[in-house]
Amino acid sequence: MTEVLDLSLYAKPAGAGTLGMDLAVDGIACGACINRIESAVKKLPGIAEVRLNFTNRRLHVAWADGALAPAQIVTALEKIGYRAHPFVPLRAEEQEAAEARRLTRYLAVAGFAAMNIMLLSVSVWSGNATDITPETRDFFHWASALIALPAAAYAGQPFFKSAWRALKARTTNMDVPITIGVTLALAMSVVETAHHAQSAYFDSAIMLLFFLLIGRTLDHAMRRKTRAVAGNLAALKADIAHRFAGDELITVPVGALKPGDRVLVKPGERIAADGKVVGGASEIDESVITGETARRAVAAGAEVYAGSLNFHGALTVNVSAAGQGTLIDEIERLLDKAAGAKSRAMRLADRASRVYAPVVHATAALTAIGWLTAGASLHDALVTAIAVLIITCPCALALAIPAVQVVASGALFRAGVILNAGDAIERLADADTVVFDKTGTLTLPEPRVINAGAIAPNLLQMAARLALSSRHPLAVALSLEAANNVPFEGAIEEPGQGVHAVIDGAEARLGSPAFCGVDNVAPVDDASHIIFSHAGRVAEIAIAQALRPDAVEVVKALRALGLHLGILSGDRCAVVESVADTLGITYWQGGVTPAGKIAFIDALKAQGRRVLMVGDGLNDAPALAAAHVSLSPISAADLAQAQADAVFLGDRLQPVLDAVVTARRARRLMTENLWFAALYNAVAVPVAITGLVTPLIAALAMSGSSISVTLNALRARIRP
Amino acid sequence: MNVLVYLVPMALGLGLAGLFAFLWALRSGQYGDVDGAALRVLSDDDLER
Repeated sequence: MTEVLDLSLYAKPAGAGTLGMDLAVDGIACGACINRIESAVKKLPGIAEVRLNFTNRRLHVAWADGALAPAQIVTALEKIGYRAHPFVPLRAEEQEAAEARRLTRYLAVAGFAAMNIMLLSVSVWSGNATDITPETRDFFHWASALIALPAAAYAGQPFFKSAWRALKARTTNMDVPITIGVTLALAMSVVETAHHAQSAYFDSAIMLLFFLLIGRTLDHAMRRKTRAVAGNLAALKADIAHRFAGDELITVPVGALKPGDRVLVKPGERIAADGKVVGGASEIDESVITGETARRAVAAGAEVYAGSLNFHGALTVNVSAAGQGTLIDEIERLLDKAAGAKSRAMRLADRASRVYAPVVHATAALTAIGWLTAGASLHDALVTAIAVLIITCPCALALAIPAVQVVASGALFRAGVILNAGDAIERLADADTVVFDKTGTLTLPEPRVINAGAIAPNLLQMAARLALSSRHPLAVALSLEAANNVPFEGAIEEPGQGVHAVIDGAEARLGSPAFCGVDNVAPVDDASHIIFSHAGRVAEIAIAQALRPDAVEVVKALRALGLHLGILSGDRCAVVESVADTLGITYWQGGVTPAGKIAFIDALKAQGRRVLMVGDGLNDAPALAAAHVSLSPISAADLAQAQADAVFLGDRLQPVLDAVVTARRARRLMTENLWFAALYNAVAVPVAITGLVTPLIAALAMSGSSISVTLNALRARIRP
Repeated sequence: MNVLVYLVPMALGLGLAGLFAFLWALRSGQYGDVDGAALRVLSDDDLER
């Protein structure tokens, strides 16, 4: 039976008679790949357009409708060594791309205006010190106004809109003082210019917008970059399913499955969708769902969940609507509750602006009143009060946090941590307790050989190479040990028993004890065993969930940071206990239900702890949502990943440590920056109150403080 | 100083030309793949072999 991979779900009409598709491509290493990929795809029939975006590793292909099946593109790429999968751009990602273009346009306009106004302003400053004529000065001021007013009206939009939204909701944010400051500075400058005054503040207002836009644009660009990587990973992770169409089988992406479809799950494959078994019998590993590592026997009538690993028998599964299963139902109900009860920590920036705005506005008002009572004219009093607003203009304050945010999320990105939530860094820094799930989080998501040291190396290598010829999950785990990825020729798999082949003139067998002619095996702990025999030599290979290679060191380092550690697992107590012992974690619970996990986290919360939950299973999703902050490995169930504040890549646990360390340093730098901004105001405001500020001083103070805050933020890059 | 009356607008005009050139580049997707553009210039696929 030949199978057709049907990817037509992803092909979208792209202009006259052509279809277009976007693919995420894995394995792009260098510039030469661009040419290799594009020319390989161009050789296919009917290709109208092919363009690889090297920055975000995505390939756009358009072809004449009907000229080829989309799967041919994936196959062509596979042949030259790249894994590709069609990619549906998320709506959020498209909106973010539009937002990024808008921000860049604002930035360009503000930058143009700031530079030209500065040119005119410097002329006025130096002219004021020498012999500029009042007519020339007025001309320069009016020219500045001509540039500044439209530029501010255009480039200030993000701040004005956000300030308006905050005021409408009867709160205040950083954009409120920014908007008030910019508007008043511009209005005062126009009035002053009309009165032929010596100084105007057009440059300060526009420069403020320019600096702030730089911060926002970079922040946004960083978030888009991580979002794109996360999108690619999600696309490449997408599984396929074998769907029955009559008696034939069609291979389709999981996204194309609908309730009521019948799918075939072959041995060694993951179940693609929730449903009910209607044919066949097998054992399945549900550790991704429940954390339980012991296999469950299933036969017709059993409920199964997406992500479970099928062992030796083929299953026919009737796909049911999402959320129909009892377990999924319960988890979704718990999730709703957990998400509703979650109190969002107030962000540092909002807290700062809540203190800052009233203080600054009160100071400005007091300055005006003070000068009036001291006998100054209304005009002079107002000008001084506005100068106070301008000099405190929250440039350094507004940059203090986004600058650190950009640098820190860049550092985390390089460490293999992808942030989902904007305020994850601040919440990560707060965490004082780390609760780990066991299966797939402390242990590797896939089982591994655990007694490799006890087997003769050449025997293990031979067994691993032979295992390449089988799709049984234990064989797949064993095949990871193979240094040479070429299967033996003539290897034959006996379904449900094992593989055999002739190697170096002798019969080699890999499989159950009976298959290899060995009578019994004393079961050791919880590992699954397979036997390899070759020319009279026999090796007993134990395969089990192994700890992540650096779990012990990372746990030790986390403890050294003063964090309390705990394990919360759905697996049997005995298994959890042995892991806890190895890691030296005394606080653990086994056999916990999803509701139990939430109760555990709530109890910790009630003690005033801030919990970082690290978990991957479907059963962890509610706990991930309930915790103060949460992390998931990239191998996690989709529902769990969606709840996590950040996702980490790779086989190692190190990213968890990096995330905590980087977040703590970032928070320290944010606080430092806020204090620096406060200090700067403490020096500058008295000068402004006395009425001694000139536009030159304002410009120097603003750029000086912004640059020092930004430079301080760069320290978040340094690796621990 | 009458020269300023046309020099300043001229300078502004040049600046505006630059700004519009940038906005055009942005709109036509010139910044869509900055890393790729740097590498594509090195490939010889446009030459006759």
